[in-house]
Amino acid sequence: MHTVIIIGGGPAGCEAAYQLASDGIQVHLIEKNNETGGNLNNWYQLFPDRKNAQDLNKRLQEQLNHPGITLHLGMEPSRVEKDGQGRFSVSLSDGSLLEGDALLVATGFKTFDAKRKEEYGYGIYENVVTSVDLENMFRNHAIRTSKGDVPRRIGIIHCVGSRDEKVCNFHCSKLCCITGVKQAIELREMLPESEIFCFYMDMRMFGPGYEEMYREAQEKYNIKFIRGRLSEAAENREHQVQVKVEDTLLGRPLRVTLDLMVLLVGMEASNETQGMARELGVKLAPSGFILPLDPHYGNNLTGEKGVFITGCCSAPMNLTDTLNDARSAAVCITRYLNMK
Amino acid sequence: MNFWGFNISETRSINYDTNDKDMLIHVLQEVPSCKLCIECGGCTAGCTAGRLTSFNIRKLQMFMKRGENKEIREELHKCMLCGKCILVCPRGVDTRKMILSMMKYIKNNQK
Repeated sequence: MHTVIIIGGGPAGCEAAYQLASDGIQVHLIEKNNETGGNLNNWYQLFPDRKNAQDLNKRLQEQLNHPGITLHLGMEPSRVEKDGQGRFSVSLSDGSLLEGDALLVATGFKTFDAKRKEEYGYGIYENVVTSVDLENMFRNHAIRTSKGDVPRRIGIIHCVGSRDEKVCNFHCSKLCCITGVKQAIELREMLPESEIFCFYMDMRMFGPGYEEMYREAQEKYNIKFIRGRLSEAAENREHQVQVKVEDTLLGRPLRVTLDLMVLLVGMEASNETQGMARELGVKLAPSGFILPLDPHYGNNLTGEKGVFITGCCSAPMNLTDTLNDARSAAVCITRYLNMK
Repeated sequence: MNFWGFNISETRSINYDTNDKDMLIHVLQEVPSCKLCIECGGCTAGCTAGRLTSFNIRKLQMFMKRGENKEIREELHKCMLCGKCILVCPRGVDTRKMILSMMKYIKNNQK
């Protein structure tokens, strides 16, 4: 019987573990935190169907009860070695040793640290929050300014840490646009009287139902979309945030005062993704994510034999694509093991 | 008494905080489809008036949404109400009704 070691227990790692175990393969799933789910643990509702994120999380967790899966929670791989026969041995932080016939890297992404974009004032001004902070506010059903008031005017800033040479990120994080639309709708439902803006460069509605959701945000929820990139924000004496953008479709500068500013933080390869790439000698793309062997035929393959990748360690992906990618990785690994 | 021949330039900046959005409220009530504009410019590309004058219907409705009503007062009469813009709009904005609603608002609120 073959054994596969999966590093990372986010949605990709969990789904791949279940698919492999269902194919009769022994799976070791290593997760650094004390619970699986990864970044999904920070989310309130999912686009496009507004499903509760924790429902999906629970489903993925339940799948891990499969007898073929051994969970290693609160563990990190301290060393990974490959022998001449293509077998991997992974030393864990508690000193134990795992052996496997293939390795699946599912170490995912991290959200952009908004403090690096200092001119937006995150961590400096009181009423600037990130999209991750906002998800947390949604879960607590409390959207308030720092003074505890209902924000009457809210601005959502797209592309924070994405498509920005100044923070060394050329790539598009892809999901922030639709996250912004989703969060604007959620804000409207909780605060029917507030004015809600999205400041965007492009609206990239790539998934099924996304464009429809964007239209609904305009038609039903009266969200106002202004094309223009925030250059910098300032705080006034009332701790409101004053923003200046170019209203690029009018060709005129625009000033507006916001009670709450939400930064849609982009995605970067997690530290663990970069660490695993170094450890395994796997190539990184200029974006910092792991470079797949081929963008069409080898999404889950790396240059290293027996080392597979899945989920957001290779590129920003929504959950639909992440779960598909995990299933695709399982197929690749099963085929590889059968040929061994 | 402009002795030196210089003036302080008026700001070109749109001040959303202080601008008057009353016309917008009126037009949105009469023509809710206005909210659906994605600024593609299809209306303006085929516009009969825009071919001959500075009339830009896409910009006009954007000015209204920002509360910059001065431009609208100056430009609105150039529209010939031919309705080609309605035929081309991918979001189904009733552009001609929007123009008529703006005209009505201006007529009723002459200052």
